[in-house]
Amino acid sequence: MEKDKNMQEPKRCVIPIGPYHPLQEEPEFFKLHVDGEKVTGIDIELGYNHRGIEKLSEAKHFDQGIFLVERICGICSTSHPFAFVNAVEDLAGIEIPERAKYIRTVVGELERVHSHLLWLGLAGHFLGYNTVWMWSWKYREPVLDIFEKISGNRQHYAMMKVGGVRRDIALEDMPWIEKTLDELVKGVDMFKGAVMDDPVIWARTKGIGILTPQDIKEYGGVGPLARASGIDEDVRRDDPYAAYNMVDWKVQTWQGGDIFAKAVVRILELYESVKIIRQCLTRLKTAPGPFDLKVKEIPAGEGIGRHEAPRGEVFHYVRSDRANRPVRHKIRAPSYVNVATNEKSVIGCTISDALIVLAAVDPCYCCTERVAVVDAGSGKHLYNGNDLIRLSHEKTERLKKQL
Amino acid sequence: MNPMIEQIQSKFPQAVTKIYEHNARRIYVDVKPEHIAAVAGFIYNDLSFRYVIASGIDTPEAIEILYHFSHDSTGLMLSVRAAIADKEKPAIGSLTSVIKGISWIEREIHELLGVDFTGHPNLKHLLLTDDWPQGDYPLRHDNKRK
Amino acid sequence: MSYAINALTKSLNVFHAACSPCNNCDIEILDAITPRHDVERFGIQLVGSIRHADVLLVTGAVNKKVVHRIKKLYEQAPKPVLVIAVGGCACSEIMFRDSYNTCGPLDKIIPVDLYIPGCPPKPEAMIAGVVKLIQAATKKAGG
Repeated sequence: MEKDKNMQEPKRCVIPIGPYHPLQEEPEFFKLHVDGEKVTGIDIELGYNHRGIEKLSEAKHFDQGIFLVERICGICSTSHPFAFVNAVEDLAGIEIPERAKYIRTVVGELERVHSHLLWLGLAGHFLGYNTVWMWSWKYREPVLDIFEKISGNRQHYAMMKVGGVRRDIALEDMPWIEKTLDELVKGVDMFKGAVMDDPVIWARTKGIGILTPQDIKEYGGVGPLARASGIDEDVRRDDPYAAYNMVDWKVQTWQGGDIFAKAVVRILELYESVKIIRQCLTRLKTAPGPFDLKVKEIPAGEGIGRHEAPRGEVFHYVRSDRANRPVRHKIRAPSYVNVATNEKSVIGCTISDALIVLAAVDPCYCCTERVAVVDAGSGKHLYNGNDLIRLSHEKTERLKKQL
Repeated sequence: MNPMIEQIQSKFPQAVTKIYEHNARRIYVDVKPEHIAAVAGFIYNDLSFRYVIASGIDTPEAIEILYHFSHDSTGLMLSVRAAIADKEKPAIGSLTSVIKGISWIEREIHELLGVDFTGHPNLKHLLLTDDWPQGDYPLRHDNKRK
Repeated sequence: MSYAINALTKSLNVFHAACSPCNNCDIEILDAITPRHDVERFGIQLVGSIRHADVLLVTGAVNKKVVHRIKKLYEQAPKPVLVIAVGGCACSEIMFRDSYNTCGPLDKIIPVDLYIPGCPPKPEAMIAGVVKLIQAATKKAGG
């Protein structure tokens, strides 16, 4: 970079990251304030994805609303319906049949598997390991095949329904699903070995983007983000719903709060999820009964539903006045609180680490295709998105040589 | 009754107007809006609840703000309700000095329902465009926009 | 013009703009370039800047905050550019039609060459769509 002519003004660079970001209500436009290589501040601007879903939900009846909330986020497209039906069932005091509980749990956990694999792949991409990306997405495909088998669609499964689920899981499909899971675990084993022992990945992720338990409490952080900082919270265990208190599994936590800890928590959760799915499938072979209560009327009142989505707790608040649609439907996705923690974690990092720190929260990634570094004074673009990924890749290459 | 709710009631007898226990894990506590900062601070700091979110609701009588807190070791979801009777110019104290992470949702309620959070350091638009018409609050039920 | 369009029928450089989608179409687009479908075999790849793009791929129900940006992106694209609307939201807004914050389907904002409906369309559908687009462009170029 050539020397600035008027040196009197302290040089203050702003890096805009965004604005396109695909999660509803939590799309992000980050402005990184940088001093040389160091990030000194961050502004987060939202609203590029706001589609007014809370308002639209007031015009949809309880059965239609599920299809609406499903389209809040494509990656956790069963988490929002899950929390929504939990909220309506809490409002109406409905206890769903056993078979529906297991099916819901299977769908919820399959989603966690596909979402964590997706995150691991993209994290690898940002670190400069495109092989990790291609591998983990390759192992993600069979999960989508299972979804297609169960629900008929690769994404947007439309399985949830107030009072049960929309479709049964057929007995003859189960051996195939179990076999596919076996294949998946083999892939994850290999993947875990390759990622967790790699000295370059250690160097790029250990001690970077640290969140202390105090930071988590201040911002209300949830999910793998909180558990990587040693906070033992998980809605599935703390406020049990569906079949989570009927199967054997453990909440995975890790210490440190850095990117490595977040990756470890997600990898360990993959194994727990597969364990839960296996148990549910075994019970489903004998679990009796209907899978849907065919609920017709929702009484007046208010209800709160929660679900532990891949990214953390999804919160839905529903108020009804005995009509067939909610009068108020408040939705809080986990990234709404998790993204705010970037205000803490990214400050003090270098620019080449900033991408992976922002990505460690596991927001969605389309925004990072639109990264550009702009000099605040002249408005001149210094780096674009590809350059930032290149910077990150170069750091990895450098470390490889040093190690 | 839940011992933590009893603690809140005995500490703030003038503030708490109603307690409704929907079930063992869902409790709603109504407080007077002027005491919200003290009650929320006690729940968040002394009882170590986790801040979840706040919801703003437009009802025929008032604009209600529900502050949702979660107690993870017992699975209790506590919602503290403050009803603002003045619907023309609704205002309530900001909780940003108590809970850092509450800043965004206060900005969101401000733009979607027109509630003024007094003491908020940066009460600008969060989700809508900066040139959004003044006084047009999408989540108000009297809003006539498509 | 026909020479330029003919050039577009070879390997396509795609710029992907997410305009308030739910992210599902975007994930399926990325899915199309990962091992199972691997459209990079055919020289189709995602690029980081609109100025390198032959194709502008848009997902989502465009909202009031991004509408100016998508218009600008279209202006900045080297012409001729092919515009693809991926997913139900970009094609027709589906359930977001009544929202207070959306601005109409994509073809009301910028001209669209190809619609790939579906919620989300499968990667196979996207590949089939691109094949049709190339065929149409070849015809237009007189080849």
